[in-house]
Amino acid sequence: MIDLRNSFATMRPGETLARSQALRRTWPFVLDLVVAVIGLAFFYGIVRIGHYWFGHPVPAIEISLSPRALPLYAFYSVVRISLAYFLSLAFAIGYGYLAAYNKRLEALMLAALDILQSIPVLSFLPGVMLAMVALFPTRQIGVELGAILLIFTGAVWNMAFSFYSSLRSIPKELREATEIYSFSRVQRLLQLELPYAAIGLIWNSIMSVAGAWFFLMACEMFVLGPRDFRLPGLGSYLQTAASVGNGHAILWALTTMVMIIVLTDQLIWRPVIAWSDRFKFEQVEGKARVRSPLLHLVQNSRMMKHLGGGVAARLEERHYHAVALRRETRLSGAGIVRTSTSHPASFILRISLGLLLLIGVLTLAGHALTLLRHVRPDQLLNILKGAAATFLRVNVALLLASAWTIPVGVAIGFQPRLARIAQPLAQIAASVPATALFPVLLLALIRYGGGMGIGSIALMLLGTQWYILFNVIAGAMAIPNDLKEVATLFHFTRWQRWRTVILPGIFPFLITGLVTASGGAWNASIIAEYFPLKNQILQTTGLGNQISVATAAGEFQILLLATIVMALMVVTINRLVWRPLFRLAETRYRL
Amino acid sequence: MQPSIIRAQRVEKYYAQPSENRIQVISPTDLSIPAGEIIALLGPSGSGKSTLMRMLTGLSKPSAGEVFWHEKPIASANVNVSIVFQSFALFPWLTVLENVEAPLQARGMNAAERRKRSLHILDTVGLDGFELAYPKELSGGMRQRVGFARALVVEPEVLFMDEPFSALDVLTAENLRSELLELWQKKTIPTQAIFLVTHNIEEAVLLADRIIVLGRNPGHVRTDFKVSIAHPRDRKAAAFTQLVDYIYKVLTQPDAQPPALPQSSTGKRVRDQRLMHYQMLPHARPGGIAGLLELLLDHNGKDDIYKLADDLAFEVDDLLPIVDAAQLLGFLTVTEGDASITPTGAEFANSEILRQKELFRNAAVEHVLLLRQIVRAIEAKSDRTVSEEFFHDMLDEQFSEEETLRQLETAINWGRYAELFDFDASRRRFFQSEEIPPELENSAEIDA
Repeated sequence: MIDLRNSFATMRPGETLARSQALRRTWPFVLDLVVAVIGLAFFYGIVRIGHYWFGHPVPAIEISLSPRALPLYAFYSVVRISLAYFLSLAFAIGYGYLAAYNKRLEALMLAALDILQSIPVLSFLPGVMLAMVALFPTRQIGVELGAILLIFTGAVWNMAFSFYSSLRSIPKELREATEIYSFSRVQRLLQLELPYAAIGLIWNSIMSVAGAWFFLMACEMFVLGPRDFRLPGLGSYLQTAASVGNGHAILWALTTMVMIIVLTDQLIWRPVIAWSDRFKFEQVEGKARVRSPLLHLVQNSRMMKHLGGGVAARLEERHYHAVALRRETRLSGAGIVRTSTSHPASFILRISLGLLLLIGVLTLAGHALTLLRHVRPDQLLNILKGAAATFLRVNVALLLASAWTIPVGVAIGFQPRLARIAQPLAQIAASVPATALFPVLLLALIRYGGGMGIGSIALMLLGTQWYILFNVIAGAMAIPNDLKEVATLFHFTRWQRWRTVILPGIFPFLITGLVTASGGAWNASIIAEYFPLKNQILQTTGLGNQISVATAAGEFQILLLATIVMALMVVTINRLVWRPLFRLAETRYRL
Repeated sequence: MQPSIIRAQRVEKYYAQPSENRIQVISPTDLSIPAGEIIALLGPSGSGKSTLMRMLTGLSKPSAGEVFWHEKPIASANVNVSIVFQSFALFPWLTVLENVEAPLQARGMNAAERRKRSLHILDTVGLDGFELAYPKELSGGMRQRVGFARALVVEPEVLFMDEPFSALDVLTAENLRSELLELWQKKTIPTQAIFLVTHNIEEAVLLADRIIVLGRNPGHVRTDFKVSIAHPRDRKAAAFTQLVDYIYKVLTQPDAQPPALPQSSTGKRVRDQRLMHYQMLPHARPGGIAGLLELLLDHNGKDDIYKLADDLAFEVDDLLPIVDAAQLLGFLTVTEGDASITPTGAEFANSEILRQKELFRNAAVEHVLLLRQIVRAIEAKSDRTVSEEFFHDMLDEQFSEEETLRQLETAINWGRYAELFDFDASRRRFFQSEEIPPELENSAEIDA
């Protein structure tokens, strides 16, 4: 497992283990509206496509519960995650690069980033699944792509933001050095930008992949009323096993899950983190560093060197040569100064393209709004009731999570010996995606007479408490010893100690944890409030429930409205509650 | 006259403001870099030394005027210059050798040739044996050697240096300076001219064949003269100390006459900061002012600023703001590079803390318009608080955004010390009150 203390120590200040927040708003409110309209148009498009498909029956796939089938299922799941991850990585780098270097698009792209990373992705799960199945007649491919698309949407934004902010924080003099020696774009990317951004990208990748497991499990076990969108994979295996109450199968699947995660950590993340050590932007050599025998092996194997090094180096050389040649011919070209007079024709083309795009977006958004007219007042009331219920549920989950994680986290953070035992355990527990445990949990609840009301809160708790716990531990470790000694020296009472030293000390970390946890809890509500198990549908009042029920019944206006309400609530809470708290943490409680 | 390698013709830099005015950073300046000279550009902070240098290298485009490279516009010329940076600006993820090779890579040189030249230059700057080390494994001085090697490996015609020694300790800096001078004098390196930006007066006198002194608000050339002292130069020699003293005088002398105001083509009015409403507050702390005055009193109330700086082991950039601040508050006067304490200044230096605050308060209200205005604004309000934004907007008319924030920071610092007002950092408001207002106590409760 990753040693947390090292992990936190290697991060640049300002980088958090969780969702990054765009702290200073530089864009006007209008841009938020623009993003909202584009989002609305986009989502309406998805729903429309889904419409065509609606009504076709889906043949359910058979999930085998034999342990022998597990390796194949696990393989499917891993492939889905990998595809989605590499897609996100490529997109994140492109998006971040464009946002950092295109002055005109920057504000709009940042506003979009900020909104997109705060909307609960799973609220699109029903709509996206319908749409993808409609687009691709072979149902398997449609559902596969839907799952990958959803994972991608959940994983990409924090990576994009990390890359963007790394690019923007590159020291000015390094930039000038690349400029004065006329580095080409490729050379600048390879020798300055990617190395500088690497550590942030890696930490965000780890976060994203952990989140991806959560979404993947939800996608793989997705069933909507009579419609079955399940995909062969670990998620569906678990769900089926829970449905028939096969304890052995559940145990097998969970073991496989933990094994995959431990292996990913040991075979991928650890070597990558150890390797990324060279990208630390520090003046002096740090002490604690992550080691990986595997990395050592790879780096010292001659075959790898020949394979990777030789080919890449040759390509690089060729590129530098070509660029230098081009520059020479340009400069020696009789001193022709390139004038940048734009063609009037291309200008008109660009304007008309832009207009066309604008009209398209506005039409779609308009259609979406007309669709909303069909919502009856009682349905609206239901949605609002659901929103209130989910809001309460999310907050109860956050409170419960804080209630146990703050004291435990502080205790762990203050005692290195305890930390050494507790941390690896907590990390393994945290690495199992909450969605994978959900069917098992529900099964137990049903047996002991609990209902979905408790179940949904339990799922939210399972999915979100770890963010808070790990951040509190990091916060407690970050409190300087001097402060603790002052508290001891002056015989602070327990209450005074908490009020003046501990709580303010962990505050920035706690807020980071809570923001992430809150996002996670909203996300979880989609499957937490509606879950088919053992031939019955377990459900409880809530916004997530509204979304799922509406999709099952084909009431697209409700699906649309409920999704909008959820996105709106989350964005509003972010703006009104979390952002000011974040700012306070950044200014007053920074150690 | 020698033909110049780089020639700047009426270059200036300004930032357009949304309002009528614009903020002039550098007024129209002519400057040329001929072959065979080491030129030092001296000036206090805020005089735009770095900005001017970056325009000369072609890194930054002048707002008006033009820079020529061998009499061709610099934007379309194949410029061959290097910069040695204050922060070294090495890529920490590349080895020493890779760092030095990177500029050659950009020029498309083949690997064997690249390696040969890099190893040769590393040998020249004394880094033999460090090729495979990473910068973070090296000491500051060694790192700057890598910076020099990277700059020299492209055999630049003009070597620019942006305060290259100021991040190093005194001994290391001295060592590097003399080595650089040796490379230059023995023509080990094919560099035609060196352009050094510095705020260290002795460094300039030690190295340069020609010194250009910049004044500020907006940046302009105060004086430009040749240094004819023979090398090796002795810091203790009379000619040396006289020159250092002369430059101090130039730097501390209030400008006799402002340079001609630039006429802008857009018809926008350009304001000269010296003629404007708010005086520029020097960024000095009250404690520093008190310390300087006490030292001056020990020196019988009058001393050479150069000697003071020497006593304190300060550089101009550190000392001048304190001298300026004390002068602004009427605690001392400066004539011909000598600072002499005034009666109020002497009383201030001799008093205990509460009396010091009182004297500071009186001086601040009398001499500093911004503080006077803040106090009046607070007193005019029934709730005795004023938003910072109000003053921010007024200062913004006159200073750049960055400078406005620094001005406010200094004003808050002085005002708090003088107990003229207090400042609530979370709500960004000035306030005045005997005790902490109740709502403040509440907010502290909630925050905790």
